[in-house]
Amino acid sequence: MTDQPMVRFDNVSKRYGALTVLDGLSLDIARGEKVSIIGPSGSGKTTVLRMLMTLETINDGVIWVEGEPLTHMDKGGKLVPANLGHIRRVRAKIGMVFQSFNLFPHMSAMANCIEAPMTVLGMKRADAEARAAELLDMVGLSQKKAHYPSQLSGGQQQRVAIARALAMRPKIMLFDEVTSALDPELVGEVLQVIRQIGREHDLTMLMVTHQMGFAKEFSDRVCFFYQGKICEQGPPSELFGAPKNERTRQFLRAVLEAG
Amino acid sequence: MWDWSFALEILPTLASAAIITIEATLIGFVIAALLGLALALVRIAIPWTAWPISVLVELIRSTPLLIQIFFLYFVFPKFGVVLDAFTAGVIAIGLHYAAYCSEVYRAGFDNIPRGQWEASIALNLPQWATFRDIIIPQVIPPIVPALGNYLVALFKETPLLSAIAVLELMQTAKIIGSDTFRYTEPMTLVGLFFLVMSLVSAALIRILERLLNRRTPR
Ligand SMILES: Nc1ncnc2c1ncn2[C@@H]1O[C@H](COP(=O)(O)OP(=O)(O)OP(=O)(O)O)[C@@H](O)[C@H]1O
Ligand SMILES: [Mg+2]
Repeated sequence: MTDQPMVRFDNVSKRYGALTVLDGLSLDIARGEKVSIIGPSGSGKTTVLRMLMTLETINDGVIWVEGEPLTHMDKGGKLVPANLGHIRRVRAKIGMVFQSFNLFPHMSAMANCIEAPMTVLGMKRADAEARAAELLDMVGLSQKKAHYPSQLSGGQQQRVAIARALAMRPKIMLFDEVTSALDPELVGEVLQVIRQIGREHDLTMLMVTHQMGFAKEFSDRVCFFYQGKICEQGPPSELFGAPKNERTRQFLRAVLEAG
Repeated sequence: MWDWSFALEILPTLASAAIITIEATLIGFVIAALLGLALALVRIAIPWTAWPISVLVELIRSTPLLIQIFFLYFVFPKFGVVLDAFTAGVIAIGLHYAAYCSEVYRAGFDNIPRGQWEASIALNLPQWATFRDIIIPQVIPPIVPALGNYLVALFKETPLLSAIAVLELMQTAKIIGSDTFRYTEPMTLVGLFFLVMSLVSAALIRILERLLNRRTPR
């Protein structure tokens, strides 16, 4: 069981009408591995995360989580599309942080972080609050528990969103360009938090990012997506240091030029 | 022209009729607000219902309330559903305004960013908790003014109940008029009552609006 990949995309395709967004994606992610996804706009990076979070259905293939199918379930030895109960049970292992934060605007930072632990995990309010307080401390927001999202900066909102996702004790965390909507001076504080949870929590992390420096320093593996396929992947030292594929080189050159 | 002693004399009768009017308004509006919400929720939760529900809503909104009141009171008994005048009238009013309210709720739901639903899924919240804790609390405050307008509109249409002889204000005023051949005082008093109540409810709605806005900073 322990040598099972934490996440396995097995020949997964996603189409919107005639447009094939992901084309037979196969990707294994090991327990505790930190994987960065980079690539040009429209190459399907977000779609990979959204399929794993079950925000999108898939057209082909199977997604596995800890050796168990997520998108399907076993019925008499055959895999059939999963029902909601099965999906909810398996996706409990996954948390996601969005580019646009998606905090609940009518709830304080604290309330954002205890809503799901109380309704989904059935935690008592006191326990949920204690846990949320720990997490809000960890993301550096111990003074902002009672603040509403509108009273927080973008960087602070994103850190609440991270605490809110962690409060559900996921094994896998997905980050979709979580610093792209932030003013440049706020990017650092969010990356710092991600670095810290990478160190302190036993999490498998999958992140789409345009921060090449961060991807280089933080990840165990970088996947370069191009037109719905993994065009090249490898440890950051190789992919950034000596990219083999011409498209990868082009992309990295373009990103470097853009600064 | 205006007889103060007559006006005072009929005031108690009109006051008790006013209670019926207020009851009809409140019960009708509760039906409209809850049923309207239910229609909007079902539409979202069960996608295939969207089309039949929008046909139903259009049907109700495109026919006069008076006809619907008559239908419930005079036609339904033919199918074995016998309702007293007040019940039939209030249900008809509630149904009619539920159709309008459901459209208000629908616009409210449409205004909730997709990210709110997606964050709820990512937190694995069940659908009922997503509606109850995340979506509905964000839908309601901005539509309070629109719902409030329908409350006032509904209130002003309760005189239609006089058509099936519910003893609300209008019917009572009509009876006083035909008994005494004096219409000036009862009709003026009834008009004044509607005017005052409409203004009062509009003010209450504005206060409620302000309270809700204060409770949910954005
Ligand atoms: N709901 C949708 N309907 C139709 N096409 C879609 C939909 N969502 C995404 N696409 C298309 O799928 C492709 C991949 O989208 P995706 O969001 O995964 O790209 P991305 O790599 O995350 O790009 P970016 O860097 O701009 O975020 C794009 O061509 C996009 O237009
Ligand atoms: Mg994207």
